[in-house]
Amino acid sequence: MIRFLIKGLLRDRSRSLFPVLMVSAGAFLTVFLYSFMKGTMDDLVNSNAKFDTGHVKIMTRAYEQLADQMPNDLALLGVDSLLERLRSSEKNMVWTPRIRFGGLLDIPDERGETRAQGPVMGLGVDLFSPESQEVDILNLQNALVEGKLPQKNNEILISEEFAKKLGVKMGETATLIGSTMDGAMAIHNFKVSGTVRFGITAMDRGAIIADIKDVQYALDMPDGAGEIVGYSENMLYDDDTMLPLTQRFNDNFLRDDDEFSPLMLSLSQQNELGEYLDLVDVFGGLIVLIFVVVMSIVLWNSGLINGLRRYGEIGVRLAMGEPKGALYRWMIYESMITGFIGSTLGTVLGLAISYYLQYTGIDFAAVLQKSTMLISNVIRARVTGWSYVIGFFPGLIASVVGTMFAGIGIYRRQTSQLFKELEV
Amino acid sequence: MIRLVFYILLASCSLLYAKEPSGKTILEEVDANYIAENRKLISTMVIKGRRSTRTLQAESWIQGADKAFTEYLSPAREKGSKMLKLEDELWIYSPSTDRTIKIAGHMLRRSVMGSDLSYEDYMEDPKLSNIYDSELTGEENINGRDCYVLELKAKKEDIAYYRRKLWVDKERYLPLKEELFAKAGKLLKRLTVNEVFRVDGRWYPKRMVFKDVLKSGAGTEFIIDSIEFDVPIPEYVFSKASLRK
Repeated sequence: MIRFLIKGLLRDRSRSLFPVLMVSAGAFLTVFLYSFMKGTMDDLVNSNAKFDTGHVKIMTRAYEQLADQMPNDLALLGVDSLLERLRSSEKNMVWTPRIRFGGLLDIPDERGETRAQGPVMGLGVDLFSPESQEVDILNLQNALVEGKLPQKNNEILISEEFAKKLGVKMGETATLIGSTMDGAMAIHNFKVSGTVRFGITAMDRGAIIADIKDVQYALDMPDGAGEIVGYSENMLYDDDTMLPLTQRFNDNFLRDDDEFSPLMLSLSQQNELGEYLDLVDVFGGLIVLIFVVVMSIVLWNSGLINGLRRYGEIGVRLAMGEPKGALYRWMIYESMITGFIGSTLGTVLGLAISYYLQYTGIDFAAVLQKSTMLISNVIRARVTGWSYVIGFFPGLIASVVGTMFAGIGIYRRQTSQLFKELEV
Repeated sequence: MIRLVFYILLASCSLLYAKEPSGKTILEEVDANYIAENRKLISTMVIKGRRSTRTLQAESWIQGADKAFTEYLSPAREKGSKMLKLEDELWIYSPSTDRTIKIAGHMLRRSVMGSDLSYEDYMEDPKLSNIYDSELTGEENINGRDCYVLELKAKKEDIAYYRRKLWVDKERYLPLKEELFAKAGKLLKRLTVNEVFRVDGRWYPKRMVFKDVLKSGAGTEFIIDSIEFDVPIPEYVFSKASLRK
């Protein structure tokens, strides 16, 4: 029967081509939009996790309230002992201290006078400890454009774009003018060891990375850090694991009467990323819903037009005694075949383009010039297991539902009228 | 009889007039008390932050209203740091980096050594009558001393504190309390003089507390350990070269 149905569909292209094209287009759009949105959001989450939120982050309660201002006067103290406790109690996590700071980077001339100067955001990370994984987490080796990673104290990495703007060369002195933990002016000389391209506009515009010990000295923060970030060992974020961890930590450490007691937040509890993640799920569902509803309406309409075109054929078949139910089922089988073919074609095309964009991405650098979001300039799609089914099944359902609506007309045909109609 | 009443009223008015100097006169008296041809002082700043208290000591040379040079004597981290003000320019010197950096633009609003004072405060013309119009608005008693209450309004727009309110000791012409406001009327800083002393015929604040109301912490106590007026200061002190010496 299926072979017979397929033959019919192939021979009468007007019966199959338009529905297949419609379903293909819908399935393609669903797969592509879902994969691209997934890729964008994953990138936003990963960039934030790498450079800002970690999978979990520990700050003082007071620091957390003003975290956007990088208030190092409210930073964590006694960081070494806290890290020791974390590393012994939560062994399946990678813990690392960080200091975020702002200031001016001043490049002196040979007389020590200012040659160039610009605002800078800095990140003090553990570059030299044997157990540190920061070079890998921040992907510094691959991001290196010129020079080398810091090998000794007071060496820094500077963003390539910023280095060009300041006209600073490898090995030259760069003076950080910032604020100490006490709010005094901090002036500290660093040496530029290399330039990096972060691929994130907000950081490429003006950022430096230094070893945390040097930053602690420069900002007068002995044994202090703005934050301690934690990553799961497999570097994959899982809200179901991280939320209980934060709860456990806060139960042990957080004190209502001490604004400097440590507070742990998961990635989804920071920078409204939880809302973003929820939004992706909502949008994913919405895309599917819109697809099914719109496609059903379009295919319903297409079925009605088809029904008109096949008015005579259906009339003859009914007049010859074919039961209405059998005819209705026949049309549904046809729609299942067109739906299957359309969904398969659309899904394959959507996956192909999504895979292509997963590897090449689209460079939005020009659009993101003034962006302060931690998101890559090159936005890539991401194909997941859902990408394979998110367009296919709605395509199939829409095709069948559209035909089911259109086919209801069969039951309205009166057998007594059929011959009169045929005579006409 | 009518003539007698007239004379009595006239005499009363004259007495009243004599008792109430204008705001401008009071402010000029305040300036005259403060400003000297030059001053050399050693001061201590106790900065009471949200989490800790720091104490810094500095030696300053000040010439008129335009030139000032400060060198920090302690603590060890700040020792040797210097600040030089020449008219409307300010440089700081950091011995650990051997860098002289000009402070300009938004950096002027930053805190001096983490205190409640900003570089802008340091740069301000100490002669208030040069930059403010003054109006006497009342009298109040501060810590047992009768004071004039002056409302000051800036003569120009581009100024850190557009309005100030001063409580000036009636007898010593020394402000005992001061409130500094932004143009929008928001209180920015408060100065309270807790102890005064007399040097070379001038009344001077010995201990005062600056409080940046937008900043957490208990404020910065500024203590004048010693002060000398009209001492000769070599001209090279007020040069950029002296920063690196």
